[in-house]
Amino acid sequence: MKTDTLHTEDIRLYDVKKIREDFPILKKTVHGKPLCYLDNAATTQKPQIVLDTLNTYYTSMNSNIHRGVHYLSGVATDAFEKARIKVKDFINANSEKEIIFTRGTTESINLVANSFGRANIKEGDEIIISHMEHHSNIVPWQLLALEKKAKLRIIPINDKGELLSNEFEKLITDRTKLVSIVYVSNSLGTINPVEHIIETSHKYNIPVLLDAAQAVKHLPVDVQTLDCDFLAFSGHKLYGPTGIGVLYGKENLLDSMPPFMGGGDMISKVTFEQTTYNELPFKFEAGTSNIADAIGLGTAIDYISSIGMDNIASYEKNLLNYATEALSQIDGLKIIGQAEEKCSVISFIFDNIHPHDVGTLLDYEGIAIRTGHHCTQPVMQRFNIPATSRASFALYNTTDEVDTLVSGIKKVIEVFK
Amino acid sequence: MNQELKELYQQVILDHNKSPRNFKKLETANHTAEGYNPLCGDKINIYVETEDNKVKDISFLGSGCAISKASASLMSSFVKGKSIDEAKQIFEKFHELITGKLTEDNAIEELGKLKVFAGVREFPVRVKCASLAWHTMLAALKEDKKNISTE
Repeated sequence: MKTDTLHTEDIRLYDVKKIREDFPILKKTVHGKPLCYLDNAATTQKPQIVLDTLNTYYTSMNSNIHRGVHYLSGVATDAFEKARIKVKDFINANSEKEIIFTRGTTESINLVANSFGRANIKEGDEIIISHMEHHSNIVPWQLLALEKKAKLRIIPINDKGELLSNEFEKLITDRTKLVSIVYVSNSLGTINPVEHIIETSHKYNIPVLLDAAQAVKHLPVDVQTLDCDFLAFSGHKLYGPTGIGVLYGKENLLDSMPPFMGGGDMISKVTFEQTTYNELPFKFEAGTSNIADAIGLGTAIDYISSIGMDNIASYEKNLLNYATEALSQIDGLKIIGQAEEKCSVISFIFDNIHPHDVGTLLDYEGIAIRTGHHCTQPVMQRFNIPATSRASFALYNTTDEVDTLVSGIKKVIEVFK
Repeated sequence: MNQELKELYQQVILDHNKSPRNFKKLETANHTAEGYNPLCGDKINIYVETEDNKVKDISFLGSGCAISKASASLMSSFVKGKSIDEAKQIFEKFHELITGKLTEDNAIEELGKLKVFAGVREFPVRVKCASLAWHTMLAALKEDKKNISTE
Protein backbone atom coordinates (compact mmCIF):
# COMPACT_ATOMS: atom_id res chain seq x y z
CA MET A 1 0.00 0.00 0.00
CA LYS A 2 1.25 3.47 -0.92
CA THR A 3 0.57 4.94 2.48
CA ASP A 4 2.60 2.54 4.61
CA THR A 5 4.49 5.38 6.28
CA LEU A 6 1.22 6.49 7.84
CA HIS A 7 0.98 3.43 10.07
CA THR A 8 1.51 5.61 13.08
CA GLU A 9 -0.38 7.25 15.89
CA ASP A 10 1.62 10.40 15.36
CA ILE A 11 -0.47 13.06 13.67
CA ARG A 12 2.66 14.99 12.71
CA LEU A 13 3.43 12.27 10.22
CA TYR A 14 0.06 12.77 8.52
CA ASP A 15 1.32 13.49 5.02
CA VAL A 16 -1.65 15.16 3.35
CA LYS A 17 0.34 16.00 0.21
CA LYS A 18 1.11 12.35 -0.31
CA ILE A 19 -2.49 11.38 0.40
CA ARG A 20 -3.74 13.87 -2.19
CA GLU A 21 -1.61 12.15 -4.82
CA ASP A 22 -3.69 9.01 -4.29
CA PHE A 23 -6.81 10.84 -5.58
CA PRO A 24 -6.51 11.55 -9.30
CA ILE A 25 -9.56 13.84 -9.46
CA LEU A 26 -7.93 16.33 -7.07
CA LYS A 27 -5.54 17.32 -9.88
CA LYS A 28 -8.45 18.57 -11.95
CA THR A 29 -9.11 22.21 -12.72
CA VAL A 30 -12.64 23.67 -12.74
CA HIS A 31 -13.39 26.93 -14.62
CA GLY A 32 -9.62 27.31 -14.95
CA LYS A 33 -8.98 27.05 -11.19
CA PRO A 34 -7.58 24.10 -9.23
CA LEU A 35 -10.46 22.02 -7.88
CA CYS A 36 -11.11 22.76 -4.21
CA TYR A 37 -13.49 19.94 -3.35
CA LEU A 38 -15.42 20.71 -0.16
CA ASP A 39 -18.57 18.68 -0.76
CA ASN A 40 -17.47 15.55 1.06
CA ALA A 41 -20.62 15.17 3.12
CA ALA A 42 -22.42 14.57 -0.19
CA THR A 43 -19.83 12.17 -1.52
CA THR A 44 -16.08 11.63 -1.20
CA GLN A 45 -13.59 11.22 -4.01
CA LYS A 46 -12.04 7.81 -4.69
CA PRO A 47 -8.38 6.87 -4.38
CA GLN A 48 -6.69 5.32 -7.42
CA ILE A 49 -6.47 1.99 -5.63
CA VAL A 50 -10.30 1.78 -5.49
CA LEU A 51 -10.56 2.66 -9.18
CA ASP A 52 -7.94 0.00 -9.95
CA THR A 53 -9.89 -2.57 -7.96
CA LEU A 54 -13.01 -1.96 -10.05
CA ASN A 55 -10.98 -2.24 -13.23
CA THR A 56 -9.28 -5.43 -12.09
CA TYR A 57 -12.59 -6.94 -11.09
CA TYR A 58 -14.14 -6.38 -14.50
CA THR A 59 -11.01 -7.28 -16.48
CA SER A 60 -10.06 -10.45 -14.65
CA MET A 61 -12.73 -11.66 -12.23
CA ASN A 62 -16.20 -10.72 -13.48
CA SER A 63 -18.64 -13.51 -12.83
CA ASN A 64 -21.80 -14.11 -10.86
CA ILE A 65 -21.21 -15.18 -7.30
CA HIS A 66 -22.26 -17.96 -4.93
CA ARG A 67 -23.82 -20.40 -7.38
CA GLY A 68 -21.25 -20.93 -10.12
CA VAL A 69 -19.06 -24.01 -10.19
CA HIS A 70 -16.54 -22.49 -12.59
CA TYR A 71 -13.22 -20.84 -11.78
CA LEU A 72 -14.22 -17.17 -12.20
CA SER A 73 -17.32 -17.55 -10.07
CA GLY A 74 -15.13 -18.91 -7.29
CA VAL A 75 -12.69 -16.01 -7.56
CA ALA A 76 -15.50 -13.42 -7.59
CA THR A 77 -17.31 -15.08 -4.65
CA ASP A 78 -14.08 -15.17 -2.70
CA ALA A 79 -13.34 -11.47 -3.32
CA PHE A 80 -16.94 -10.47 -2.48
CA GLU A 81 -16.94 -12.41 0.78
CA LYS A 82 -13.51 -11.01 1.68
CA ALA A 83 -14.97 -7.53 1.26
CA ARG A 84 -17.67 -8.48 3.75
CA ILE A 85 -15.02 -9.53 6.26
CA LYS A 86 -13.22 -6.20 5.75
CA VAL A 87 -16.47 -4.38 6.57
CA LYS A 88 -16.99 -6.61 9.59
CA ASP A 89 -13.49 -5.85 10.91
CA PHE A 90 -13.83 -2.14 10.09
CA ILE A 91 -16.85 -1.68 12.37
CA ASN A 92 -15.82 -4.56 14.67
CA ALA A 93 -18.97 -6.63 14.18
CA ASN A 94 -19.08 -10.01 15.85
CA SER A 95 -19.64 -11.99 12.69
CA GLU A 96 -19.83 -11.50 8.93
CA LYS A 97 -23.40 -12.80 9.17
CA GLU A 98 -24.22 -9.38 10.59
CA ILE A 99 -23.02 -7.53 7.48
CA ILE A 100 -25.63 -7.08 4.75
CA PHE A 101 -24.69 -5.38 1.52
CA THR A 102 -27.28 -2.88 0.31
CA ARG A 103 -27.36 -0.03 -2.19
CA GLY A 104 -26.63 2.56 0.48
CA THR A 105 -27.73 4.04 3.80
CA THR A 106 -31.21 4.77 2.47
CA GLU A 107 -31.80 1.17 1.41
CA SER A 108 -30.38 -0.08 4.72
CA ILE A 109 -32.86 2.02 6.69
CA ASN A 110 -35.71 1.01 4.40
CA LEU A 111 -34.76 -2.62 4.93
CA VAL A 112 -35.13 -2.25 8.70
CA ALA A 113 -38.38 -0.28 8.32
CA ASN A 114 -39.89 -2.86 6.00
CA SER A 115 -38.63 -5.98 7.72
CA PHE A 116 -38.20 -5.27 11.43
CA GLY A 117 -40.70 -2.42 11.33
CA ARG A 118 -43.58 -4.16 9.61
CA ALA A 119 -43.13 -7.24 11.78
CA ASN A 120 -42.89 -5.43 15.12
CA ILE A 121 -44.64 -2.09 14.91
CA LYS A 122 -48.37 -2.04 15.40
CA GLU A 123 -51.15 0.51 15.69
CA GLY A 124 -50.40 3.07 18.40
CA ASP A 125 -46.72 2.12 18.65
CA GLU A 126 -44.03 4.79 18.57
CA ILE A 127 -40.72 5.32 16.80
CA ILE A 128 -38.30 7.94 18.11
CA ILE A 129 -36.13 9.94 15.73
CA SER A 130 -34.54 13.38 16.12
CA HIS A 131 -35.06 16.83 14.68
CA MET A 132 -31.77 16.61 12.76
CA GLU A 133 -32.45 13.49 10.71
CA HIS A 134 -31.73 13.25 7.01
CA HIS A 135 -34.92 12.66 5.02
CA SER A 136 -33.75 9.05 4.61
CA ASN A 137 -34.24 8.54 8.34
CA ILE A 138 -37.62 10.27 8.40
CA VAL A 139 -39.59 9.20 5.36
CA PRO A 140 -39.23 5.38 5.72
CA TRP A 141 -40.62 5.69 9.26
CA GLN A 142 -43.41 8.00 8.12
CA LEU A 143 -44.42 5.46 5.47
CA LEU A 144 -44.41 2.73 8.09
CA ALA A 145 -46.30 4.88 10.60
CA LEU A 146 -48.93 5.68 7.99
CA GLU A 147 -49.40 2.01 7.15
CA LYS A 148 -49.50 0.84 10.76
CA LYS A 149 -51.13 3.91 12.33
CA ALA A 150 -48.02 4.30 14.45
CA LYS A 151 -46.48 7.58 15.64
CA LEU A 152 -43.18 9.38 15.21
CA ARG A 153 -41.75 11.13 18.26
CA ILE A 154 -39.04 13.72 17.70
CA ILE A 155 -36.08 14.50 20.00
CA PRO A 156 -35.71 18.32 19.94
CA ILE A 157 -32.45 20.19 19.36
CA ASN A 158 -31.09 23.43 20.83
CA ASP A 159 -29.87 26.57 19.05
CA LYS A 160 -26.34 25.19 18.82
CA GLY A 161 -27.66 22.19 16.93
CA GLU A 162 -27.26 19.73 19.79
CA LEU A 163 -29.72 17.04 20.73
CA LEU A 164 -31.59 17.71 23.97
CA SER A 165 -30.67 14.33 25.31
CA ASN A 166 -32.40 14.87 28.66
CA GLU A 167 -35.64 15.32 26.70
CA PHE A 168 -35.02 12.00 25.03
CA GLU A 169 -35.87 9.76 27.97
CA LYS A 170 -39.13 11.64 28.48
CA LEU A 171 -40.23 10.60 24.99
CA ILE A 172 -39.90 6.91 25.80
CA THR A 173 -43.19 5.20 26.57
CA ASP A 174 -44.27 1.56 26.77
CA ARG A 175 -45.28 1.95 23.11
CA THR A 176 -41.76 2.87 21.91
CA LYS A 177 -40.56 0.13 19.59
CA LEU A 178 -37.47 1.63 17.97
CA VAL A 179 -35.09 4.56 18.23
CA SER A 180 -33.51 5.56 14.92
CA ILE A 181 -30.99 8.32 15.13
CA VAL A 182 -28.26 9.99 13.13
CA TYR A 183 -24.74 9.54 14.55
CA VAL A 184 -23.25 12.63 12.85
CA SER A 185 -25.53 15.27 11.33
CA ASN A 186 -24.88 15.93 7.63
CA SER A 187 -26.12 19.52 7.77
CA LEU A 188 -24.90 20.62 11.22
CA GLY A 189 -21.86 18.40 11.78
CA THR A 190 -23.07 17.55 15.30
CA ILE A 191 -21.78 14.30 16.80
CA ASN A 192 -24.71 12.97 18.77
CA PRO A 193 -24.30 11.32 22.19
CA VAL A 194 -25.28 7.95 20.75
CA GLU A 195 -23.72 6.01 23.65
CA HIS A 196 -26.18 7.70 26.01
CA ILE A 197 -29.10 7.16 23.61
CA ILE A 198 -28.27 3.47 23.24
CA GLU A 199 -27.74 2.88 26.95
CA THR A 200 -30.98 4.65 27.84
CA SER A 201 -32.98 2.82 25.16
CA HIS A 202 -31.62 -0.54 26.24
CA LYS A 203 -32.82 0.09 29.81
CA TYR A 204 -36.29 -0.17 28.27
CA ASN A 205 -35.32 -2.98 25.85
CA ILE A 206 -35.74 -0.73 22.83
CA PRO A 207 -33.43 -1.40 19.88
CA VAL A 208 -31.47 1.47 18.33
CA LEU A 209 -30.59 2.08 14.68
CA LEU A 210 -27.70 4.43 13.95
CA ASP A 211 -27.54 6.31 10.67
CA ALA A 212 -23.76 6.36 10.35
CA ALA A 213 -23.59 7.68 6.77
CA GLN A 214 -21.41 10.62 7.88
CA ALA A 215 -19.90 9.06 10.99
CA VAL A 216 -17.92 6.20 9.46
CA LYS A 217 -15.60 8.47 7.47
CA HIS A 218 -14.87 10.82 10.36
CA LEU A 219 -14.75 8.63 13.48
CA PRO A 220 -13.62 5.16 14.50
CA VAL A 221 -16.87 3.17 14.82
CA ASP A 222 -17.08 0.00 16.92
CA VAL A 223 -20.54 -1.55 16.93
CA GLN A 224 -19.76 -3.86 19.85
CA THR A 225 -18.56 -1.01 22.08
CA LEU A 226 -21.50 1.15 21.00
CA ASP A 227 -23.84 -1.82 21.39
CA CYS A 228 -26.14 -0.42 18.69
CA ASP A 229 -28.64 -2.88 17.23
CA PHE A 230 -28.47 -1.65 13.65
CA LEU A 231 -25.99 0.59 11.85
CA ALA A 232 -26.35 1.88 8.30
CA PHE A 233 -23.81 3.51 6.01
CA SER A 234 -22.89 4.08 2.36
CA GLY A 235 -19.72 3.18 0.49
CA HIS A 236 -19.51 6.35 -1.57
CA LYS A 237 -19.19 8.60 1.47
CA LEU A 238 -16.31 6.38 2.65
CA TYR A 239 -14.04 6.81 -0.39
CA GLY A 240 -15.66 3.78 -2.04
CA PRO A 241 -17.94 3.44 -5.07
CA THR A 242 -21.57 4.58 -5.32
CA GLY A 243 -24.33 1.99 -5.27
CA ILE A 244 -22.97 -0.04 -2.37
CA GLY A 245 -23.86 0.31 1.28
CA VAL A 246 -24.03 -1.67 4.47
CA LEU A 247 -26.57 -2.64 7.05
CA TYR A 248 -25.11 -4.03 10.23
CA GLY A 249 -27.58 -5.78 12.50
CA LYS A 250 -27.15 -7.91 15.60
CA GLU A 251 -27.37 -11.53 14.53
CA ASN A 252 -30.28 -12.50 16.80
CA LEU A 253 -32.32 -9.54 15.56
CA LEU A 254 -31.60 -10.19 11.89
CA ASP A 255 -32.41 -13.85 12.45
CA SER A 256 -35.83 -13.00 13.86
CA MET A 257 -36.69 -10.65 10.98
CA PRO A 258 -38.59 -11.61 7.81
CA PRO A 259 -36.89 -11.02 4.44
CA PHE A 260 -37.14 -7.58 2.86
CA MET A 261 -37.01 -8.55 -0.81
CA GLY A 262 -37.60 -11.93 -2.35
CA GLY A 263 -35.65 -13.45 -5.20
CA GLY A 264 -32.56 -15.41 -6.03
CA ASP A 265 -29.71 -15.95 -3.55
CA MET A 266 -31.94 -15.29 -0.51
CA ILE A 267 -33.56 -18.74 -0.58
CA SER A 268 -32.46 -22.21 0.34
CA LYS A 269 -35.40 -24.11 -1.12
CA VAL A 270 -38.29 -22.96 -3.29
CA THR A 271 -41.44 -24.87 -4.19
CA PHE A 272 -44.71 -23.30 -5.29
CA GLU A 273 -46.13 -24.13 -1.89
CA GLN A 274 -43.37 -22.84 0.30
CA THR A 275 -39.94 -21.23 0.38
CA THR A 276 -37.31 -21.62 3.04
CA TYR A 277 -34.90 -18.74 3.31
CA ASN A 278 -31.16 -18.76 3.10
CA GLU A 279 -29.07 -18.15 6.21
CA LEU A 280 -27.68 -14.77 7.21
CA PRO A 281 -26.59 -12.52 5.64
CA PHE A 282 -27.85 -13.93 2.32
CA LYS A 283 -31.48 -13.89 3.50
CA PHE A 284 -31.38 -10.11 2.98
CA GLU A 285 -29.45 -10.05 -0.28
CA ALA A 286 -32.00 -11.01 -2.93
CA GLY A 287 -30.81 -10.92 -6.52
CA THR A 288 -27.30 -10.42 -7.85
CA SER A 289 -25.45 -8.12 -5.50
CA ASN A 290 -23.37 -5.15 -6.54
CA ILE A 291 -20.30 -7.38 -6.57
CA ALA A 292 -17.72 -5.01 -8.06
CA ASP A 293 -18.61 -2.10 -5.84
CA ALA A 294 -18.67 -4.25 -2.69
CA ILE A 295 -15.12 -5.34 -3.51
CA GLY A 296 -14.27 -1.69 -4.23
CA LEU A 297 -15.64 -0.73 -0.81
CA GLY A 298 -13.38 -3.38 0.71
CA THR A 299 -10.39 -1.68 -0.92
CA ALA A 300 -11.54 1.75 0.29
CA ILE A 301 -11.63 0.32 3.82
CA ASP A 302 -8.09 -1.06 3.35
CA TYR A 303 -7.02 2.39 2.22
CA ILE A 304 -8.43 4.36 5.14
CA SER A 305 -7.34 1.68 7.60
CA SER A 306 -3.78 2.07 6.34
CA ILE A 307 -3.95 5.76 7.28
CA GLY A 308 -5.82 4.97 10.49
CA MET A 309 -9.23 6.24 11.55
CA ASP A 310 -7.71 7.84 14.68
CA ASN A 311 -5.21 9.76 12.54
CA ILE A 312 -7.95 10.84 10.14
CA ALA A 313 -10.18 11.97 13.02
CA SER A 314 -7.41 14.06 14.61
CA TYR A 315 -6.36 15.58 11.30
CA GLU A 316 -9.93 16.51 10.41
CA LYS A 317 -10.52 17.93 13.89
CA ASN A 318 -7.58 20.31 13.39
CA LEU A 319 -8.89 21.23 9.96
CA LEU A 320 -12.36 21.89 11.41
CA ASN A 321 -10.93 24.15 14.11
CA TYR A 322 -8.86 26.06 11.56
CA ALA A 323 -11.84 26.47 9.22
CA THR A 324 -14.25 27.44 12.00
CA GLU A 325 -11.90 30.16 13.18
CA ALA A 326 -11.22 31.45 9.67
CA LEU A 327 -14.90 31.54 8.67
CA SER A 328 -15.98 33.10 11.97
CA GLN A 329 -13.82 36.12 11.17
CA ILE A 330 -15.77 36.89 8.00
CA ASP A 331 -18.15 39.81 8.54
CA GLY A 332 -21.81 38.81 8.31
CA LEU A 333 -21.14 35.08 8.12
CA LYS A 334 -23.11 33.02 10.60
CA ILE A 335 -22.32 29.37 11.27
CA ILE A 336 -25.39 27.14 11.68
CA GLY A 337 -24.47 24.24 13.93
CA GLN A 338 -22.10 25.11 16.75
CA ALA A 339 -22.22 21.93 18.77
CA GLU A 340 -19.41 21.20 21.24
CA GLU A 341 -18.85 17.84 19.56
CA LYS A 342 -18.59 18.29 15.81
CA CYS A 343 -17.19 16.65 12.71
CA SER A 344 -15.66 18.59 9.84
CA VAL A 345 -18.88 19.99 8.39
CA ILE A 346 -19.61 23.73 8.43
CA SER A 347 -22.97 25.15 7.39
CA PHE A 348 -23.15 28.91 7.08
CA ILE A 349 -25.48 31.69 6.01
CA PHE A 350 -25.50 35.42 5.32
CA ASP A 351 -28.43 37.75 5.97
CA ASN A 352 -28.29 39.30 2.52
CA ILE A 353 -26.77 36.60 0.29
CA HIS A 354 -28.67 33.46 -0.61
CA PRO A 355 -26.69 30.17 -0.41
CA HIS A 356 -27.52 29.39 -4.02
CA ASP A 357 -25.72 32.54 -5.16
CA VAL A 358 -22.77 31.73 -2.88
CA GLY A 359 -22.55 28.28 -4.47
CA THR A 360 -22.63 29.54 -8.06
CA LEU A 361 -20.00 32.23 -7.44
CA LEU A 362 -17.68 29.87 -5.53
CA ASP A 363 -17.99 27.32 -8.32
CA TYR A 364 -16.24 29.79 -10.60
CA GLU A 365 -13.36 29.87 -8.12
CA GLY A 366 -13.07 26.09 -8.50
CA ILE A 367 -14.65 25.59 -5.07
CA ALA A 368 -17.28 22.84 -4.77
CA ILE A 369 -19.61 23.31 -1.81
CA ARG A 370 -23.23 22.28 -1.37
CA THR A 371 -26.11 24.71 -1.02
CA GLY A 372 -29.70 24.00 -0.11
CA HIS A 373 -31.46 22.12 2.67
CA HIS A 374 -29.13 19.10 2.51
CA CYS A 375 -32.11 16.73 2.69
CA THR A 376 -32.76 17.97 6.24
CA GLN A 377 -35.71 20.32 5.80
CA PRO A 378 -36.80 20.05 9.47
CA VAL A 379 -33.35 21.40 10.47
CA MET A 380 -33.90 24.40 8.18
CA GLN A 381 -37.37 24.90 9.71
CA ARG A 382 -35.85 24.68 13.20
CA PHE A 383 -33.43 27.50 12.40
CA ASN A 384 -36.06 29.36 10.34
CA ILE A 385 -33.85 29.53 7.24
CA PRO A 386 -34.53 28.33 3.69
CA ALA A 387 -31.09 26.86 3.12
CA THR A 388 -27.41 26.99 4.03
CA SER A 389 -24.08 26.82 2.26
CA ARG A 390 -22.12 23.82 3.49
CA ALA A 391 -18.41 23.16 3.32
CA SER A 392 -17.48 19.64 4.38
CA PHE A 393 -13.91 18.45 4.73
CA ALA A 394 -12.33 15.05 4.23
CA LEU A 395 -8.99 13.37 4.88
CA TYR A 396 -7.38 14.96 1.79
CA ASN A 397 -8.40 18.59 2.38
CA THR A 398 -5.83 21.15 3.49
CA THR A 399 -5.63 24.43 5.36
CA ASP A 400 -4.68 26.02 2.01
CA GLU A 401 -8.08 24.96 0.72
CA VAL A 402 -9.74 26.58 3.73
CA ASP A 403 -7.88 29.79 2.79
CA THR A 404 -9.13 29.44 -0.80
CA LEU A 405 -12.68 29.10 0.54
CA VAL A 406 -12.28 32.19 2.72
CA SER A 407 -10.96 34.34 -0.13
CA GLY A 408 -13.71 32.97 -2.40
CA ILE A 409 -16.37 33.97 0.12
CA LYS A 410 -14.84 37.45 0.39
CA LYS A 411 -15.22 37.81 -3.39
CA VAL A 412 -18.88 36.78 -3.10
CA ILE A 413 -19.42 39.44 -0.46
CA GLU A 414 -17.88 42.05 -2.80
CA VAL A 415 -20.40 41.17 -5.54
CA PHE A 416 -23.37 41.60 -3.22
CA LYS A 417 -22.08 44.68 -1.42
CA MET B 1 -15.39 38.29 -12.36
CA ASN B 2 -15.72 35.64 -15.06
CA GLN B 3 -17.72 36.72 -18.16
CA GLU B 4 -20.49 34.12 -17.76
CA LEU B 5 -20.93 35.17 -14.14
CA LYS B 6 -21.05 38.83 -15.12
CA GLU B 7 -23.83 37.98 -17.59
CA LEU B 8 -25.73 36.16 -14.85
CA TYR B 9 -25.26 38.68 -12.08
CA GLN B 10 -25.85 41.86 -14.04
CA GLN B 11 -26.07 45.12 -12.11
CA VAL B 12 -29.82 45.35 -12.74
CA ILE B 13 -30.30 41.92 -11.17
CA LEU B 14 -28.10 42.74 -8.17
CA ASP B 15 -29.99 45.99 -7.77
CA HIS B 16 -33.44 44.37 -7.84
CA ASN B 17 -32.18 41.70 -5.43
CA LYS B 18 -31.09 44.39 -3.00
CA SER B 19 -34.17 46.56 -3.35
CA PRO B 20 -36.97 44.50 -4.85
CA ARG B 21 -39.93 46.44 -6.29
CA ASN B 22 -43.50 45.61 -5.25
CA PHE B 23 -42.16 43.58 -2.33
CA LYS B 24 -45.23 43.56 -0.08
CA LYS B 25 -48.55 41.91 0.45
CA LEU B 26 -51.20 43.40 -1.82
CA GLU B 27 -54.33 43.86 0.27
CA THR B 28 -56.55 44.35 -2.79
CA ALA B 29 -55.41 41.13 -4.47
CA ASN B 30 -58.11 38.87 -5.88
CA HIS B 31 -55.64 36.16 -7.00
CA THR B 32 -52.83 34.65 -4.93
CA ALA B 33 -50.56 31.62 -5.11
CA GLU B 34 -47.55 30.22 -3.30
CA GLY B 35 -44.60 28.90 -5.28
CA TYR B 36 -41.86 26.64 -4.01
CA ASN B 37 -38.56 25.43 -5.38
CA PRO B 38 -37.53 22.30 -3.48
CA LEU B 39 -34.03 22.42 -4.95
CA CYS B 40 -33.05 25.49 -2.94
CA GLY B 41 -35.98 25.97 -0.59
CA ASP B 42 -37.08 29.18 -2.29
CA LYS B 43 -40.60 30.27 -1.47
CA ILE B 44 -42.64 33.01 -3.08
CA ASN B 45 -46.13 34.39 -2.61
CA ILE B 46 -47.62 36.30 -5.49
CA TYR B 47 -50.56 38.68 -5.10
CA VAL B 48 -52.43 39.91 -8.17
CA GLU B 49 -55.33 42.31 -8.52
CA THR B 50 -57.06 41.91 -11.86
CA GLU B 51 -59.70 44.09 -13.47
CA ASP B 52 -61.21 43.63 -16.95
CA ASN B 53 -58.72 40.86 -17.75
CA LYS B 54 -55.83 43.14 -16.92
CA VAL B 55 -53.17 42.97 -14.22
CA LYS B 56 -54.12 46.11 -12.32
CA ASP B 57 -51.60 45.58 -9.55
CA ILE B 58 -49.17 42.87 -8.51
CA SER B 59 -46.81 42.24 -5.61
CA PHE B 60 -44.78 39.45 -4.04
CA LEU B 61 -43.20 38.27 -0.80
CA GLY B 62 -40.81 35.46 -0.09
CA SER B 63 -37.21 34.39 0.18
CA GLY B 64 -34.93 33.28 -2.58
CA CYS B 65 -31.66 33.69 -4.39
CA ALA B 66 -30.74 36.88 -6.25
CA ILE B 67 -31.98 35.46 -9.53
CA SER B 68 -35.39 34.46 -8.23
CA LYS B 69 -35.92 37.65 -6.26
CA ALA B 70 -34.84 39.92 -9.11
CA SER B 71 -36.99 37.92 -11.50
CA ALA B 72 -40.07 38.40 -9.32
CA SER B 73 -39.31 42.09 -8.93
CA LEU B 74 -38.77 42.75 -12.63
CA MET B 75 -41.74 40.61 -13.57
CA SER B 76 -44.03 42.56 -11.28
CA SER B 77 -42.94 45.87 -12.80
CA PHE B 78 -43.20 44.51 -16.33
CA VAL B 79 -46.67 42.94 -16.27
CA LYS B 80 -48.40 45.68 -14.30
CA GLY B 81 -51.03 47.22 -16.59
CA LYS B 82 -50.73 44.44 -19.17
CA SER B 83 -53.56 42.07 -20.09
CA ILE B 84 -53.54 38.55 -18.71
CA ASP B 85 -53.04 37.15 -22.22
CA GLU B 86 -50.07 39.44 -22.76
CA ALA B 87 -48.55 38.32 -19.46
CA LYS B 88 -48.82 34.70 -20.60
CA GLN B 89 -47.22 35.48 -23.94
CA ILE B 90 -44.39 37.39 -22.30
CA PHE B 91 -43.65 34.41 -20.07
CA GLU B 92 -43.41 32.12 -23.09
CA LYS B 93 -40.83 34.44 -24.64
CA PHE B 94 -39.08 34.88 -21.30
CA HIS B 95 -38.83 31.11 -20.87
CA GLU B 96 -37.34 30.80 -24.34
CA LEU B 97 -34.85 33.50 -23.41
CA ILE B 98 -33.60 31.82 -20.23
CA THR B 99 -33.37 28.41 -21.85
CA GLY B 100 -31.38 29.80 -24.77
CA LYS B 101 -34.08 29.22 -27.40
CA LEU B 102 -34.75 32.88 -28.10
CA THR B 103 -31.89 34.08 -30.28
CA GLU B 104 -33.40 36.70 -32.56
CA ASP B 105 -32.30 40.20 -31.51
CA ASN B 106 -35.71 41.79 -32.20
CA ALA B 107 -37.54 39.25 -30.10
CA ILE B 108 -35.07 39.74 -27.25
CA GLU B 109 -35.45 43.52 -27.45
CA GLU B 110 -39.23 43.14 -27.06
CA LEU B 111 -38.61 41.78 -23.58
CA GLY B 112 -37.22 45.13 -22.51
CA LYS B 113 -35.63 45.02 -19.08
CA LEU B 114 -36.35 41.31 -18.78
CA LYS B 115 -33.54 40.63 -21.23
CA VAL B 116 -31.04 40.96 -18.36
CA PHE B 117 -31.93 37.33 -17.60
CA ALA B 118 -30.37 36.11 -20.86
CA GLY B 119 -27.28 35.05 -18.88
CA VAL B 120 -29.33 32.36 -17.13
CA ARG B 121 -29.13 30.22 -20.30
CA GLU B 122 -25.53 29.36 -19.40
CA PHE B 123 -26.72 28.04 -16.01
CA PRO B 124 -29.38 25.37 -16.60
CA VAL B 125 -29.84 24.74 -12.86
CA ARG B 126 -30.81 28.38 -12.38
CA VAL B 127 -33.65 28.35 -14.96
CA LYS B 128 -36.01 27.29 -12.17
CA CYS B 129 -34.91 30.25 -10.06
CA ALA B 130 -35.71 32.70 -12.85
CA SER B 131 -39.04 31.11 -13.74
CA LEU B 132 -40.48 30.43 -10.25
CA ALA B 133 -42.19 33.84 -9.96
CA TRP B 134 -43.72 33.48 -13.42
CA HIS B 135 -45.07 29.99 -12.80
CA THR B 136 -46.52 31.21 -9.52
CA MET B 137 -48.12 34.27 -11.10
CA LEU B 138 -49.75 32.19 -13.84
CA ALA B 139 -51.04 29.78 -11.21
CA ALA B 140 -52.46 32.70 -9.24
CA LEU B 141 -54.22 33.97 -12.38
CA LYS B 142 -55.70 30.52 -12.90
CA GLU B 143 -56.81 30.61 -9.28
CA ASP B 144 -55.08 27.33 -8.77
CA LYS B 145 -55.19 26.94 -5.01
CA LYS B 146 -52.53 24.26 -4.99
CA ASN B 147 -48.95 25.02 -4.09
CA ILE B 148 -46.72 25.53 -7.08
CA SER B 149 -43.49 23.64 -7.27
CA THR B 150 -40.80 23.84 -9.92
CA GLU B 151 -40.10 20.11 -9.52
